[in-house]
Amino acid sequence: MALDPTSGPALPKARTGIVGFDDVTFGGLPAGRPTLVCGAAGCGKTLFAVTALVNGATQFGEPGVFMSFEERAEDLAANFASLGYDLDGLVADGKLAIDHVRVERSEIEETGEYDLEGLFIRLAYAVDTIGAKRVVLDTIETLFSGLTDASILRAELRRLFGWLRDRGLTAIITGERGEGQLTRQGLEEYVSDCVILLDNRVEDQITTRRLRVVKYRGSAHGTNEYPFLIDDQGISVLPVTSAELGYGVSNEIMSTGIGGLDAMLSPGGFYRGSSVLISGMAGTGKTSIASSLVDAACQRGERCLSFVFEESGDQICRNARSIGLDLKRHVENGLLRFEAARPSLFGLEMHLARMHRDIERFQPSIVVLDPISALRGPNSEVQATLLRMVDLLKIRGITAVFTSLRTDGTFEDDDDLGLSSLMDAWVKLVSVEANGERTRTLYVIKARGMSHSNQVREFQMSAAGIALIDAYIGPAGVLTGTARVVQEAEEHAATLRRRQESERRKREVFRRRQGIERQIAELRASLEIAEDEEAVLVTEDEARDTVMKKERLIVSARRGAAE
Amino acid sequence: MSDLNKPEVADENGHYHLRLYVAGQTVKSMAAFANLKRVCEEHLAGRYDIEVIDLVKNPQLAAGDQILAIPTLVRRLPEPLKRMVGDLSNTEKVLVGLDIRPRAFLP
Repeated sequence: MALDPTSGPALPKARTGIVGFDDVTFGGLPAGRPTLVCGAAGCGKTLFAVTALVNGATQFGEPGVFMSFEERAEDLAANFASLGYDLDGLVADGKLAIDHVRVERSEIEETGEYDLEGLFIRLAYAVDTIGAKRVVLDTIETLFSGLTDASILRAELRRLFGWLRDRGLTAIITGERGEGQLTRQGLEEYVSDCVILLDNRVEDQITTRRLRVVKYRGSAHGTNEYPFLIDDQGISVLPVTSAELGYGVSNEIMSTGIGGLDAMLSPGGFYRGSSVLISGMAGTGKTSIASSLVDAACQRGERCLSFVFEESGDQICRNARSIGLDLKRHVENGLLRFEAARPSLFGLEMHLARMHRDIERFQPSIVVLDPISALRGPNSEVQATLLRMVDLLKIRGITAVFTSLRTDGTFEDDDDLGLSSLMDAWVKLVSVEANGERTRTLYVIKARGMSHSNQVREFQMSAAGIALIDAYIGPAGVLTGTARVVQEAEEHAATLRRRQESERRKREVFRRRQGIERQIAELRASLEIAEDEEAVLVTEDEARDTVMKKERLIVSARRGAAE
Repeated sequence: MSDLNKPEVADENGHYHLRLYVAGQTVKSMAAFANLKRVCEEHLAGRYDIEVIDLVKNPQLAAGDQILAIPTLVRRLPEPLKRMVGDLSNTEKVLVGLDIRPRAFLP
């Protein structure tokens, strides 16, 4: 069949159900074709194969045959029971067949020409019995140690892979990594449709598992090395998501649970799905503020996942109690989950893979990383890891809260892991040392897409929670703590003094006015007296005039009579 | 030569129970059966029986005796179980494999 990856119909694929792997390969393994999974001892080849087989049987309705050349069926069942795979149950249900092919050189004498028809018959019988669609051959190279005639084996293997293809079986063939080639016996020559390389690398005493799709004929596939994880939950691959910034954004506002902080942000909180960085020196209250955010979210009924690198979840719950937050209750309700791990437990990639898987499983709406500064490694790697983490959360619309320990609390760029540009909001906590005391202050360096207060606020942590207090900003500069209290007292006293002074002067003026008014009254009184006197004088004058006129008339009358 | 070795290798009964696994009537299978018959007649006359199992007809029997290659000869009796693959054309190896001739005698 001619394959044309560009225009032809998409290659049919068989999903493996392995978290992440199906994304990397855009759908899984090539259906009806053999795939080679190779890698060094202990890198998870068998686990990969069994997982794909079991998932096929349980999730995708494709029964499978596991042909083991190394482990016995009983051992396999016991080993995978620890991962919750009930192989015996699947066998009993007819969804899985396990055939252990024992190859022991000492028991086999070669006496002439032979072929591996027996193997074909066994495989065909197992496949036909349960109607299998998937086949695992683990590890077929063991044949080379059991049988001496390599030329027969090579011919027969070529025939086997052709046979698998003819039967339309999705096959996984595992192979041990060899010198200078992918497998010891060069199986990649025969299985050329899809080759997956598993790797287990140790750097700085930290092991990182990586998976790479070396080739995938007829299909696009991710070409990077993807970290993958094996633990009690099975295998999961972390797809390094593309660097596209095509995620949707939310206009919804999310309260921080700290009234004063909400008030500093004009919409009353952070945008949902944004990434928030809380940075500060040791003991400035980073974790406490993050705890407040978590508590507020849980009270709204949202799910929170907290990755802590320096404390245990219980310790954080206990410490949060001291600021009046009952996180334990949320843990018990299943709304809050702590995932505590020492940063040195895995490499960065593994941390990322683990977090990715936990996020997929828990589906939180808020994720806390406390603190990201605990992730150690070359700066470029730490930054790349966090960048991917931010992307991963953004795509899912998860609000991310990162705390970061700053060693000196300065504005220098070299200690922020180059993160500031990744963050939508950045709250900085600064401990101000003055007058023999330290005071916690907080300010919002940036908050994309919203106006925010540019002021430094002092905050206090008490059993009542975190409370913001307006810092003293006056002619004497910014003062906090006791200095603020002292300054406020001084101001109060000065105000009092001013008021007293002004009252005194008011009283004085009042008195003076009263004096003047008194003088006015006195003058008015004397004026009245003068007026009275004047009136009396006028009256006297008039009376005198009248008398004189009368007398003159009398005199003139007398003079007239005498003449 | 066979007389020399007989008392050392055969058990009390000296009976050989042999099973030959084949897959259809192929050239190799036919050759294996012919070779086996010849060796047995030469060295184990009268105290052997050969069971031929055709896996094409009975595929479920392949897993029981851990059959991988075809043809395979399995010596069920005497104990211990022995397995030989190939068309049995190398008579020396067959004799050693069946413990008719000690391994040390192999040139």
